[in-house]
Amino acid sequence: MTSSEEPARPGAAAGPQDTRGASLQPLEYDEPALQLLLGPTWDETLMTGYRWMILGRTLDQRMLGLQRQGRVGFYGPATGQEAVSVGAALASGPPDWVFPGLREQLLALARGHALETYVHHLFADNVDPARGRQMPCHPTARDVHYVSMSSVVGTQITHAVGVAYGQKLRKDPGATLAFFGDGATSANDFHAGLNFAGVLALPVVFCLVNNQWAISVPVEHQTHVAVLADKARAYGIPGARVDGTDLVAVIAATRDALARARGGGGPTLLEFVVFRMAAHSSSDDPKRYQPKEFQEKARERDPVERLEGLLKRLGRLDDAGVATLAADADARVRMAIQTAEAAPQPVPDSLTTDVFSSVAPTPR
Amino acid sequence: MTELNLVQAVNRALAEAMRADPDVLVIGEDVGLNGGVFRATEGLYKEFGADRVIDSPLSETGIVGAAIGMALYGLKPVAEIQFLDFIYPAFDQIVSELAKFRYRSGGQYPCHVVVRAPYGGGVKGGLYHSQSSEAYFAHTAGLKVAIPSSPADAKGLLTTAIFDEDPVIFLEPKRIYRAVTGEVPDGDHRVPFGKANTLRQGDDVSVFAYGAMIHPVLQATDTLLAEGISSEVVDLRTLVPLDEAAVCASVEKTGRAVIVHEAPRTAGFGAELAALLAEKCLYSLKAPVLRITGFDTPFPYALENLYLPTPERIAHGIRSTVRAG
Repeated sequence: MTSSEEPARPGAAAGPQDTRGASLQPLEYDEPALQLLLGPTWDETLMTGYRWMILGRTLDQRMLGLQRQGRVGFYGPATGQEAVSVGAALASGPPDWVFPGLREQLLALARGHALETYVHHLFADNVDPARGRQMPCHPTARDVHYVSMSSVVGTQITHAVGVAYGQKLRKDPGATLAFFGDGATSANDFHAGLNFAGVLALPVVFCLVNNQWAISVPVEHQTHVAVLADKARAYGIPGARVDGTDLVAVIAATRDALARARGGGGPTLLEFVVFRMAAHSSSDDPKRYQPKEFQEKARERDPVERLEGLLKRLGRLDDAGVATLAADADARVRMAIQTAEAAPQPVPDSLTTDVFSSVAPTPR
Repeated sequence: MTELNLVQAVNRALAEAMRADPDVLVIGEDVGLNGGVFRATEGLYKEFGADRVIDSPLSETGIVGAAIGMALYGLKPVAEIQFLDFIYPAFDQIVSELAKFRYRSGGQYPCHVVVRAPYGGGVKGGLYHSQSSEAYFAHTAGLKVAIPSSPADAKGLLTTAIFDEDPVIFLEPKRIYRAVTGEVPDGDHRVPFGKANTLRQGDDVSVFAYGAMIHPVLQATDTLLAEGISSEVVDLRTLVPLDEAAVCASVEKTGRAVIVHEAPRTAGFGAELAALLAEKCLYSLKAPVLRITGFDTPFPYALENLYLPTPERIAHGIRSTVRAG
């Protein structure tokens, strides 16, 4: 918690009408509503989503522990944001492309990328398809059109625009999803990307995951706009705010935006409001800058607990089922870790390959 | 063979590549109906349509970022930055993204974009229409850097660039867009990367240059012939990959080296060449390596002829180097 002796942050104070960091009123669903929103197999969809969300939560807990033991070098947890990745995975199809931010790895897994391969990446070993070149949580999964990311904030937004241009030019069936955080809305490529996509009417869905923090800076100091989704208006495209802790809402909103994109209706900006329930990464301590109340609010909107509650209320899950699924996820993660820890380090030759297609870098 | 000027040769390379391969497209500011501010893309909009000749919004990071996405999807985009001086908003995209996609994805996402940009002084362009910042790109692993000095090389190197598998920064010497004409081969003409072109054979000194500077260098060396100084003029053509073998072979023959570029001297590409010679050819050198370059100043408007290496300044430098030992 920040001390009162510290200087106040510059910028306008958040007034009572200020909703930049606010969550939406939680929705309660009954069976007819779910049928309407997700179709007749709504319960299978939600159970599939729940399994993935549990897997993501388990991975976060195990990996943060391994990072503290020095067994992996870095980790960026997605705790509190699982419904966004899983919902987008369930709403998208094989021809769609994904440009991730830091917390969307679960999206690659739920689209079919092997957990074992991802854990090899986290261990930066020689089985990692990218040969351990990137920090953990920066996987590449071409098998599910999950594109390699840098650590630079926002640059992927214009890449998504370029892929969407290709999809439109070739009249291919897919659309493109671009993920980024609230901090990225201040970066150059947010403006360039949304502007290009609007002008060229491209099949792209901009997924702004507003977790209310850019490392230590709260969203109130990132923008003076009350609702980030309203930024869409400046580009002449539709924008919507979605409860990103609600799997049903994420699936429905993403599915509709993708359908509009594929049908020639152009881009959409979706703002998913979530709570970052953990640190930015294994390298920082939120106690230095985050008020205690934030984590209390966040716990009330835990996406895993919300979905678990819904499934229990509708009789699709009970405590025994929860325990079984949690044990399954734990076993899968443990097995993947065991395999990866036994894998060899990247071979020295991989230092100089893939800089160019064939020419070796200047030898020294 | 057809007689063309340099910008016509660029135009010819683009048009022929677009005819040959439907994946090739052009994106940039004013490249469509207007045909580019230097007319490099003239006629392309009419022939290939707005979908393949894209008049983009005014944002260099948007142009290069979108081109990167197109390349990831399998297209072959040629992005035009109107002047090299305006490339810096896209520098992040070029350095952080374009140059690193293949490496960081373990080869899963090669990213082949050609970024064309007119560069260099001598057109009364002042600080922001004159810069020669090739060294930034040569310093970045993962980028190839090509700079033609003649219409034939402009077509041949650009065609190679478009059908290469790696990102290429293609810098066009705008000062000689129209001032230099020459015979250009018809059809699929490609000049390989990493092969320097020895424009004059000589015995006393090797002169290394590229792009627009080749022309004052040739004026200087032709003048010096009358004084009995025989210069070997080597046009590097591509800085990355660099034809190290040709550079070293020439210096081993002549024993002296002069490097000419219009970019500022400090940490310019000449420093890399001088270091290469120090590492690999020191015992062949009879005189210190000399760099003749622009000044370590911003590019001036009124005094650009003082800033840029002239045939006289180059001749003076070569003369002193030959007399030094």
